Amino acid sequence: MIATMPRAHGPRRFFRATLGRSYPRIIGSNRDRSWLFYDTVLPLLGTIAFVYVYKALGAPDRFIGYVIMGGATTAFWMNVMWAMAAQFYWDKQGGNLELYMVVPCGIAPILFGMSLGGFLATMIRATAIVLIGSLLFGVRFAISNLGLFLLIFGVAIVALYGLGVAFASLFLLWGREAWHMAELFMEPVFLASGFYFPVRALGFWAAMGTSLIPLTLALDGLRQLLFGEMHPALLPVWWEVVGLVFLAVLFFVLARFMLRRMEFLARREGRLSLRF
Amino acid sequence: MTVPAIAAQDLVRTYRTKRSPGNPDAAPVVALDGVTLEVPPGEFFGLLGPNGAGKTTLIKVLVTLLLPSRGSAKVAGFDVVAQAHEVRERISMVSGGESSGYGLLTVREQLWMFSQFYGLPTRAALGRIDELLRVVGLFDERHRRVSALSTGMRQKMNLVRGLLPDPEILFLDEPTVGLDVSAARDIRAYIKAWIAERPGRTILLTTHYMHEAEELCQRVAIIHKGRIIACDAPAALKREATGDSYFVLSTEVMDGASWLGQLPGVHRVDSRAFDDHTEIRLRLAEDGAIAGVVKALADRDRRILSLQKLEPSLEDVFVQLVGQRLEEADQSGGPS
Repeated sequence: MIATMPRAHGPRRFFRATLGRSYPRIIGSNRDRSWLFYDTVLPLLGTIAFVYVYKALGAPDRFIGYVIMGGATTAFWMNVMWAMAAQFYWDKQGGNLELYMVVPCGIAPILFGMSLGGFLATMIRATAIVLIGSLLFGVRFAISNLGLFLLIFGVAIVALYGLGVAFASLFLLWGREAWHMAELFMEPVFLASGFYFPVRALGFWAAMGTSLIPLTLALDGLRQLLFGEMHPALLPVWWEVVGLVFLAVLFFVLARFMLRRMEFLARREGRLSLRF
Repeated sequence: MTVPAIAAQDLVRTYRTKRSPGNPDAAPVVALDGVTLEVPPGEFFGLLGPNGAGKTTLIKVLVTLLLPSRGSAKVAGFDVVAQAHEVRERISMVSGGESSGYGLLTVREQLWMFSQFYGLPTRAALGRIDELLRVVGLFDERHRRVSALSTGMRQKMNLVRGLLPDPEILFLDEPTVGLDVSAARDIRAYIKAWIAERPGRTILLTTHYMHEAEELCQRVAIIHKGRIIACDAPAALKREATGDSYFVLSTEVMDGASWLGQLPGVHRVDSRAFDDHTEIRLRLAEDGAIAGVVKALADRDRRILSLQKLEPSLEDVFVQLVGQRLEEADQSGGPS
C-alpha cells in the first residue's frame, strides 16, 4: 500500500466522521436565521390556537401545559421526518449519497452525525418553544422525578432517531417524492400520538396501537411526571420506560437491517445512479 | 509481480428497465458488455467514448457503487464486491457537474467535513485544504459559502475534495464537463501536476473530449456500446489508423459534399459549412486518391481555398473503429 496521509481508524474515525456530519446541522443550519421564524414562531402559532380552544372550553390549566409540550415535541418529529427520513432522498438528489457510500468510514457514522446534529439543533428549537409558550401563558412545569424524566426523554430520542434512520432507507427505496412521504406522517402522527391531548382519550387499545410511534409513550410518560395524578395515564410510567427501551432496540435493529438492504439494492440495481 | 491498480475481467453490467410504450418487453439495458482491462500503478489512464458508452457504469463498478452482473474487478488488488471496504480505503472519486455538499457551509468547512469521513486529523486536514485551495486558486474563496460559488469554482472545490485523502487511485468521471475553456484547462493542469508529483498514484479519467484524453493520458481505452474496442497509447492508436490518409480542404461555399464519398479511394467525407467557405475532412485509402477529389471539385467549378494533409487524431481513430464521429455516437446515448 502506498503511504498516504495519516488517518484515524476504527472508533476514532467513527467519532471524527460523526462530528463532521453533525457540523452542517449544528453550525450550518443556525447560520441561516430563518429557523427562528420557521421552527419556533410557526409551531407556536399552531400551539397557541390549541391553547385558545382549551381556554374557550374552560379546560383545566394543565391542558395548556399539554399543548406547549406537544408543540415542542412536534419540533423533534418534524426534524426526524424532514431531516432524517427524507435526508437520503435529498442527499441522493444533491449527489452526496454516492459519495457517502464510497467513503471508508461507512454510512453508519454519517447517519449518527446526522442524528446528533439534528437532535442538538432541534433541542434549541424545542427549548425556545417551551420557554416562549410558558412565558406567554404563565405555565409552570414541576417535574416530580427529574432522573426518570431525563431517562424517558433520552430513550425516546434514541428510539425516535432509530426510526428516522430506518425510514431514511425506506423513503429512498419506496418514494420518488420524499416530501410526500414525510407529509403523510405529519398530521396523522400529531393526532395518533396525542400531541395536544392525553392519548388515553383515543381509547386504551387505539392508544396502545399508536404506541409504536415512540412519541406516544414518551409524551404520556413525561406528562405523568409533570402533571401527576391529574393526567389520565395510558400505562404505569415504568411500563412505558420498558416499552420505549423495546422500541429503541427494535428501531435500531430495523435501521441496521434497512441500511444494509438499501446499500445492497443500491449496488445491485443501481438505484443511486440510474439515469433512465 | 506488481499488483495492477485496476484490473477488470469480462465485466458485464445490465440494468433492468420498466415496461413502457417505447420498451414494451422491458428489455434489460446492457451497459457493460464484457469489459477486460488492466491499469498498472502510476498510470494516467483514459476511458474515451460517447455518452451512453458505459464509462460511468464502469467507474461506478470500480468504486464499489454498483455490483457487476457478471465478471470480476479488482482495485489496488482488492475485489470490488467482496472487499469493497478495502477498496474504499484507497480511492477517491470526483464527477463532473457534481453538486455535493451543503450550500450553507463555507468552502473550507465543507472540505473539512469530507476530510473527517477519511479520519484525517483536523490540523493536518486544514493545512492540506489550504494548500490544495492555493493550488487550484480558491484560497481567497475559502470562507465563501458553497452556494455562492460558480460552476467552475465548485468543480475546483470538488477536485480538492477528491485529492484531500491523497488516494492511491483517483477516479475522475468527466471532471471538465460543462466548464468554460479556462476552468477546464486549469483542472487538467492540476490533475496532471498531481500525478506527476506522486509516483505510484493512478488516475482513471473518463471523458468524451478527445483532446483531453490525448493531452493527459498515457493510455486510452475507447469504449463503445459497453465494449472496449481499442486500448493503447494515443500515439499508438493513431499509428494504427495511419493505414488511411487524412486531408482537410476548404472550398467556396457548397450545398453538400457527401457525393465525394462515391469517388474511388474515398472512405469517408465530413463537411461543415461556414459563412464564407465549406470545410471538408476526408479519409482516403491512400494519398493519391486526393487527386481524384481535386479534379472532381474542379469539374464542378468549386475553387479550393486550402488543402492540408493531416496527422490522424483520436477522433479519426474513433471514426475508423465505430464508423461515426463522437458527436454522432452521442446522439444514440443510453445509460452511462
